[in-house]
Amino acid sequence: MPLRLLKFALAKDHPAPRFFKSHETPKKSYDVVIIGGGGHGLAAAYYLAKDHGITNVAVLEKGYIGGGNTGRNTTIVRSNYLTPEGVNFYDASVKIYEGLSEELDLNLFYSTRGHFTLAHTESAMRTMRWRAEVNKHVGVESRVVGPDEIAKACPQLDLSCSGQAPILGALFHAPGSVARHDGVAWGYARGADRLGAEIYQNTEVLGIDVKNGKVCGVKTNKGYIETKQVLSAVAGFTPRITEMVDLETPIVIHPLQACVTEPVKPFLDTILVSGSLHVYVSQSSRGELVMGSSLDPYEVHQTRSTLDFVEGLTSHMLDMFPFLSNIKVVRQWGGMADMTPDFAPIMGKTPIEGFYLDAGWGTWGFKATPISGKTMAETIANDSAPDLIHSFRLSRFEDYELTGEKGAASVGH
Amino acid sequence: MKLLTCPMNGIRPLSEFIFGGEYRVAPNQDTCTDAEWAAFVHNRSGAPGDKKEWWYHTPSGTWFIAERNTLTDKVSRTYLHGTNNNVVPAQEEEGK
Repeated sequence: MPLRLLKFALAKDHPAPRFFKSHETPKKSYDVVIIGGGGHGLAAAYYLAKDHGITNVAVLEKGYIGGGNTGRNTTIVRSNYLTPEGVNFYDASVKIYEGLSEELDLNLFYSTRGHFTLAHTESAMRTMRWRAEVNKHVGVESRVVGPDEIAKACPQLDLSCSGQAPILGALFHAPGSVARHDGVAWGYARGADRLGAEIYQNTEVLGIDVKNGKVCGVKTNKGYIETKQVLSAVAGFTPRITEMVDLETPIVIHPLQACVTEPVKPFLDTILVSGSLHVYVSQSSRGELVMGSSLDPYEVHQTRSTLDFVEGLTSHMLDMFPFLSNIKVVRQWGGMADMTPDFAPIMGKTPIEGFYLDAGWGTWGFKATPISGKTMAETIANDSAPDLIHSFRLSRFEDYELTGEKGAASVGH
Repeated sequence: MKLLTCPMNGIRPLSEFIFGGEYRVAPNQDTCTDAEWAAFVHNRSGAPGDKKEWWYHTPSGTWFIAERNTLTDKVSRTYLHGTNNNVVPAQEEEGK
């Protein structure tokens, strides 16, 4: 690093460093085309090159990289899920995240805060105990704690929640973390680019060519690309892509909204989630309170944000932190969540040869970015999904083998 | 969308309504295959477009049908199920 600094100081020109090369038009053909330049698609490109030596890869992004749900979530990383399949999968993701800044040589501000899921009712306490036992069984650090321990970790929290919904306890998950979400996309983009993958922004897929049940090409606004393998990693746009190949899925799109306050002096060390109050909150390294709530109640394919959402969320925030009444909300936004009936993703092969799905990421996609990239790369390279994502296959619905992860969703949906 | 027209009660705020999902017709369970039934149970038409949906007006307990574009969030008409002729025109302005 000091040598690089010295070179930079002695150089005459100081061009802004580029994270990845920009290419004019896509080549005639690629081994693999990845639709969607978010964290998941870029991570898949990175691991295809790094783990499997497949570098003749194009990532097509219709907007700019990380501008979709990768840059719209509340950046929480955790693995305190309800089913053993889910816990194992997200735990593998947390483990990659912990070393990811070093691997990608980019500071992702990965900050392990500890994560409290507050329980306001006896039935919520029962779910917390259930999750704690499943987590411990799989080797993930989660335990049920009482109000004393919550008060110690977060003395500013009103444990009575204005007397409306007193906190009885919480599921404490020590590895719970936050990270700079756009950094994850940029880090994977740079990594994939250095290893040979090509990234195309402002490149929209208009159709997918399927002949005799096999993928043979992709139509884009920058021309036709021949390919035998296509990965769809487009979150809220998934139904539009699956429609191109006549594939039915259970996915429906609901907006999910979030907002941040103006920066305030750091006071909140941990990540707090309340299912009953429909709130999750953490304080960013800049001091803003980053807050999210439950899904919008009906299907809309938009990223608009509403006053109803901010009113509802902030009134519950004031139940928890009455002293925040003068703090201003400075930004609010929405993303399109691709929801599945069992709150688990849909990953792996499909009935169409060469068409792979990385979808159904609803409200839980950011935390899974590294492991989904890794497992989807393995699926594409071997044309066979690894055991870790077997429970998330599309065919689980026709087999009636749903994963049942709803109880671990951050807030009631 | 901030307002919705209930066929029984007229224009009401959206907070009085509950979304009941897309209007769907079940395949004949005596004649359809297991795969067709599983597809009906789980799969949905997720792509955006004009859709026929169930909505519920909570205070009056009224289930009805709304035809809505899920991309623009504009409702073209609402009516009680089975009374397609008795169309109530949707409100002019849906809110911004």
